[in-house]
Amino acid sequence: MENTRRVLSVVVINEEAVLSRISGLFAGRGYNIDSLTVAPVPNTNFSRLTIVTNGNKRVLEQIVKQLHKLIPVYKVIESGEFAEQEMALVKIPLNENFSGLDVMLKAYNGTIASSGENFIVVMVADDAKRIDNFLKAIKKFNPIDMVRSGSVALDV
Amino acid sequence: MELSGSQMVVEALAKENISVVFGYPGGAIMNVYDEIYKQKYFQHILTRHEQAAIHAADGYARSSGDVGVAFVTSGPGFTNAVTGLATAYMDSVPLVVISGQVPISVIGTDAFQEIDAVGISRPCVKHNYLVKDVKDLPRILKEAFFIARSGRPGPVHIDIPKDVTAQNAKFNYPDTIKMQTYKPTYKGNGRQINKAVEAIANSKRPVLYIGGGAINSNASDEVREFAKITGIPAVETLMARGVMGHKNPLLLGMLGMHGCYSANMAMSEADIMIAFGPRFDDRVTGKLNEFAKHAKIIHIDIDPSSIGKIVDVDFPIVGDLKNVVESMIPLAKEKINAEKYKSWRDLLNRYDEIHPLGYKDSDKVLKPQWIIEKTGEMLGDNAFITTDVGQHQMWAAQFYPFSFPRQFITSGGLGTMGFGLPAAIGVKRAFPEKISINFTGDGSILMNVQELMTAVEMNIPVINIILNNKFLGMVRQWQTFFYDKRYSSTDIQKQPNFVKLVESFGGVGFKVKTKNEFNVALKDAIDSKKVAFIDVDIDRFENVLPMVPAGGTLYNMMLEYKE
Ligand SMILES: Cc1ncc(C[n+]2csc(CCOP(=O)(O)OP(=O)(O)O)c2C)c(N)n1
Repeated sequence: MENTRRVLSVVVINEEAVLSRISGLFAGRGYNIDSLTVAPVPNTNFSRLTIVTNGNKRVLEQIVKQLHKLIPVYKVIESGEFAEQEMALVKIPLNENFSGLDVMLKAYNGTIASSGENFIVVMVADDAKRIDNFLKAIKKFNPIDMVRSGSVALDV
Repeated sequence: MELSGSQMVVEALAKENISVVFGYPGGAIMNVYDEIYKQKYFQHILTRHEQAAIHAADGYARSSGDVGVAFVTSGPGFTNAVTGLATAYMDSVPLVVISGQVPISVIGTDAFQEIDAVGISRPCVKHNYLVKDVKDLPRILKEAFFIARSGRPGPVHIDIPKDVTAQNAKFNYPDTIKMQTYKPTYKGNGRQINKAVEAIANSKRPVLYIGGGAINSNASDEVREFAKITGIPAVETLMARGVMGHKNPLLLGMLGMHGCYSANMAMSEADIMIAFGPRFDDRVTGKLNEFAKHAKIIHIDIDPSSIGKIVDVDFPIVGDLKNVVESMIPLAKEKINAEKYKSWRDLLNRYDEIHPLGYKDSDKVLKPQWIIEKTGEMLGDNAFITTDVGQHQMWAAQFYPFSFPRQFITSGGLGTMGFGLPAAIGVKRAFPEKISINFTGDGSILMNVQELMTAVEMNIPVINIILNNKFLGMVRQWQTFFYDKRYSSTDIQKQPNFVKLVESFGGVGFKVKTKNEFNVALKDAIDSKKVAFIDVDIDRFENVLPMVPAGGTLYNMMLEYKE
């Protein structure tokens, strides 16, 4: 059976140990986590996690069922379409030649997020594949450091 | 009404109609023990090790079907209890285990006897709680009992910091509870059930594959009736012994690694398998892609994650087995003709005649199978049977004539040596009028032997039949078969004097070398009404057969061992 990528949106009761229950489940059963983001849902007692995972058909089915089995899990949204976005921050030295940077930032919903005496930090937001591409392309500006956020997804 | 956290625990147990708890005190749980001392609702049984407290509660729960309750203190008290939790979790046993924790003010400082208990228990319980506010305690206690006994049962662990056990709050214990995120499915999908019965009616070689779910759901009557009206032959897993009853002509026997030939052949040749609450354990299936490879699969389970976990299922039905089989029965009456499977039954019975479950008796040395058969003959359904883990466990499963569900109590999923004696204590406490027999090995019995003290002190006369081969027998068997007889650390001829050992605790002991001595010893042990050891010298090199070697196929069993 072939491995495929899967985005899961998981709504959980916002209580203390819930993240360890989920990460422990993945670790203990040998499931993969490509990325995981979590934040409270405003004005409710819920949090929403976006988990990007991969596995074969049986494993993906088990992941969903095992998540459901955790007592604080309210909903696991697995199918249908997601609007998916990921963010990346890249620190670039100021002594670089910035020709072309502006066009790139535009193409990837980007902007300059911060700057200092001898660097700027650019920010982009896009789907995970395109973030991959951006991070390859930005190499020509010799970035000092970079970080990506992991996907957040909303079922549409 | 304001109560302290400790008083809440006691009052909640009273509301849950708990009549006995097992446990072991210590610093962090002392406030609770003080309230246990003052109350009259339930008996507290002090075991001599925390692991045994959990196993005793487990034996109580498995035999009675009620929730078992145990108390332990923080740190080492809790870590000692972990094997007990894992044992109960693997076999879906409803427990509520309450541990003390260091005060909230010092959590995270590596305080004396502090350990991250909920961090440790998480993968071996159905759910757990660290109580941070005494106001949450009534709800948590209610939820714990509800979660433990509903859906697929399992152990629930509550960790209570010492300061929380002393703080006061209002005690409103809800009668019923609804949880936003936990709603087990009890009723099976009607269309799916219809389709499944239709598929059975169209099959030629159906087989009932009965698992522990049939016991947990108290579905034995329904399963027996379904088998009877359809004439479909049945096989039982280790966890399901007793569901069909040994006299039932449709029962082929146990399947799997040490299952009987006809049961394993039934699985291998069936064209449809009706799985009543099993979990397709690797000790049952053998090599997966050869397992029941001609069969369409109907799988009924209350736990959706159990379905499709190991094998692809053609007719998945999520629901409580009792409920689902109840609704299958009228449909089956209408659509299924038991006559149709006569030649299939005849074939399987012929398999059983060709290769029956058996052993070669001897007049020189006692055979363990004989001991078990004899015990069965003498006690039958007057006894509950618990076991430890190893060869004796398999022989008990194969040769004891089980006639009712919950009669056989064994650690199946985790295979925990040391389970038998404390579990037998829990069983006897639940059914004082019945005889509680623990079949054990000379290895296993020493893993919780201190519980003789508990049994003697509380006057809970359990009878331990030690099938003494002076080996860690099951491991020795694998070494004989697969490791060229290199008996690495399994030859345990250095032994205590078991008779004197049990006597020193205040029990009675019997050394047995002949059949006659055994008959007398068992009668005397029962008549003595005391905690007993019957130490039986058995053939040291007897093997559990037949056997499907790990990863082998069910239809290719090792029927005898040739040097
Ligand atoms: C706690 C624990 N440790 C180790 C094992 C591995 N194990 C399985 S069976 C067995 C031998 C048991 O020996 P004994 O109790 O004498 O029973 P016998 O097989 O001889 O009947 C061992 C060591 C286990 N199941 N549980």
